[in-house]
Amino acid sequence: MREKLALLRYILAGNPVTLLALGMLVLLLGCAILGPALVPYDPIATNTASALQAPSATHWFGTDQLGRDVFSRVVVAARLDLAIAFAAVLLSMAVGSVFGAAMGYFRGWLDTAGSRGTDVLMAFPLFVLAMAMVAALGNSVSSVVYATAVINLPFYIRLARAETSIRRDMGYIEAARVGGSGHARILRVFLLPNILPALVVQASVNLGWAVLNTAGLSFIGLGVRAPTPEWGIMVAEGAQFIVSGRWWIAAFPGAALMLAVFCFNLLGDGLRDIVDPRSRT
Amino acid sequence: MSETLLSVRHLSVEFRTRHGIVPALRGISFDLAPGEMLGIVGESGSGKSVTAYSVMGLLEASARVTGGQALFGGRDLLRLGQGALNQLRGAEMSIVFQNPRTALNPIRPVGAQIADVIARHDPAPAAIIEARVLEALRQMRIAEPERRASAYPFELSGGMCQRIGIAMALACSPKLLIADEPTTGLDVTTQAAVMDLFRDAVRARGVGSILITHDLALASEYCDRIVVMQTGQVVEDAPVAELFARPRHAYTQKLLRSTPSSVDSIEALAPDEEPVAPAPVAARPSGPPVLEVRGLCKSYVHSRSRAFWRRREVARLQAVADVDLVIHPGEAVGLVGESGCGKSTLSRMISRLIMPDAGEVLLDGAPIHSIAPGRFARLPQRRHIQMVFQDPTESLNPRFSVFDAIADPVTQLLPRQGKAALRARVEQAALQVGLPLELLNRYPHQLSGGQKARVGIARAMAVEPRLLVLDEPTSALDVSVQAVVLKLLTRLRRQQGVAQLFVSHDLNVVRLLCDRILVMHKGRVVESGPAEQVFNRPAHAYTRSLLAAIPRLPQLQEATTP
Repeated sequence: MREKLALLRYILAGNPVTLLALGMLVLLLGCAILGPALVPYDPIATNTASALQAPSATHWFGTDQLGRDVFSRVVVAARLDLAIAFAAVLLSMAVGSVFGAAMGYFRGWLDTAGSRGTDVLMAFPLFVLAMAMVAALGNSVSSVVYATAVINLPFYIRLARAETSIRRDMGYIEAARVGGSGHARILRVFLLPNILPALVVQASVNLGWAVLNTAGLSFIGLGVRAPTPEWGIMVAEGAQFIVSGRWWIAAFPGAALMLAVFCFNLLGDGLRDIVDPRSRT
Repeated sequence: MSETLLSVRHLSVEFRTRHGIVPALRGISFDLAPGEMLGIVGESGSGKSVTAYSVMGLLEASARVTGGQALFGGRDLLRLGQGALNQLRGAEMSIVFQNPRTALNPIRPVGAQIADVIARHDPAPAAIIEARVLEALRQMRIAEPERRASAYPFELSGGMCQRIGIAMALACSPKLLIADEPTTGLDVTTQAAVMDLFRDAVRARGVGSILITHDLALASEYCDRIVVMQTGQVVEDAPVAELFARPRHAYTQKLLRSTPSSVDSIEALAPDEEPVAPAPVAARPSGPPVLEVRGLCKSYVHSRSRAFWRRREVARLQAVADVDLVIHPGEAVGLVGESGCGKSTLSRMISRLIMPDAGEVLLDGAPIHSIAPGRFARLPQRRHIQMVFQDPTESLNPRFSVFDAIADPVTQLLPRQGKAALRARVEQAALQVGLPLELLNRYPHQLSGGQKARVGIARAMAVEPRLLVLDEPTSALDVSVQAVVLKLLTRLRRQQGVAQLFVSHDLNVVRLLCDRILVMHKGRVVESGPAEQVFNRPAHAYTRSLLAAIPRLPQLQEATTP
């Protein structure tokens, strides 16, 4: 335990940005878990009397066209946005790593078919593909999760395939075969745990994309629907008021979105430094 | 003392790592005279490469020079900025790196890379530079220099790449040349050719050179003076003849005794380490053979046809051609050859990791060659053939503790047993290879190279195999660790009676360990016979060239060559 703490301190000392990212992650997760219990106003209660107020001591981030408190809505929205992103990323990581690892391990027709399949998937503009999928699956939160998972899938398949290809001929895999392990056991016990760190790094970066993708879909009216607090919808609703000088309705959810993407990208970079053996001394 | 070319005084270097500050060099001092060839010998971690990199100003960011000086041409190299060092490097001093392939730019013709160095330090019209490039290649005795100059590194062999590396290092006639393990990845015959060229080129130009190597025999053949390093300190500095006649430091003596070419029997190797059981009286193999191989063949697709819509003849590389081999219980057979001779392919076919194209493999008289490797893993015969792999680090799953690594084949290959029985078996296997039980909870990155090698052997021995296939088990280890592992293998064979197939490129090692030797060349067995006969009275020309290329220690050389 002491050793682990010392290791963590060593890594963070060389990487202060990762510390910043960790701080931001704690803030985001805190909002997601405790947010609804902490916020000063009900995020969906309308109050036309106090509509379109600029940020002040009573309404830190101002109010929107229906008089809802923007601060409360931004904080509460963190739960839904992060939940969709985490679910989508976990789903694509689980499916993609198994598929990719099997492709890299067995090679042959499975690899050829799988690789061309991911190429086809990658050839579509991903956001347009997600739009089409949500439109086809029905306008619900779960279809946003599936759509986001599918468009992230090729990255995991490719990464898992590449990482497995590097390791499939290493001594410990041959040793496992000599030690009586079949293909399934080699994949499950020897390969997947060893490629996991690389996949986690990829997942961290993908979380940022997934948040952005979710917000993007709801911005154009797919997936999550008003009046549910969600960053993308809030930006979409606030956009029409920017020209009349009421910038705060769109700016604060936009900033929250930026903070989340920024946090996950930085975290991914930091994790990569930790996982990448070349940077270890 | 006459003039010195390079004078290193009290050089200290330390590294900042996750475990705190680690000293790499602790105040080392040595001198190099112009035209002298100095060998720096030491095992991994002794600081020999760090010495070279500090002198060249190539240390990585986590390293810091904490004291001392390196005087070269009246200037202290350690105080110079990178700008001044760039002027010196390539022109006044240069370096040859360990891996010739990674030291060359893969996407640029080698001639252009040499021309870059010349143009940087000695600008001249293109025609003159080109002439100098060809001259540099010719001096390295590269045939057809015009054609080779336009080749890319991947089109050349490893030995050829290293010759290019040396030509590049010498292109601007430096006064100081450092070679950091220049032949470590090369075959012995290639090593001899490259080192001869290196010595001739250095001598002809009067360049002061430093040869960094782990191989005491190699240094003794080519150098004038040897510096022995241990844990960041110089423990001995003497002319070659004196060092071998009267090694003063205990560490030098230990290194000498651990070098396989310095001894005649396994008992004499590193006598202080690892006890060896006496050879059984009835050493002659008896009973039916454990393994019989008849006419085994394997070929690989060399280049695939581009036309995918129809089948075409594909060029094939015959990796193993028509090999016969018999191993009796308790016998040790050595399989020797250079890289690419097919010895690894053969050992993998015997271990049932790959399928042969033709031929038979009989284990205890039962044919196993037709069983697919994936299915063989599930058969009871699997436990009878076990394997120890080349790189002890790479052959251990980084996520398995030592206990898990040894227990894994036991749980897969032996009938299910209780936790206590499993632990007892793993502990017994660990003790058998001399692995302290407190290491069982450690992970591979917490072990030394020798400990990892022991884990690999314990893992193979835990299921009590009949045949142990050893694929270059010591080639990644330091000589002193190699000596211990070789003695361990001999003890296991004599006590447990396990038959061993020892695959290696090093005839000296095989001679100590094995009863019989097979020499492979281009996929075929060119010579086989008792170890002493093959080593002392080789019949085939290839075996003789292999033996001649092995670097030897001085006293042994005098004894064998009249």
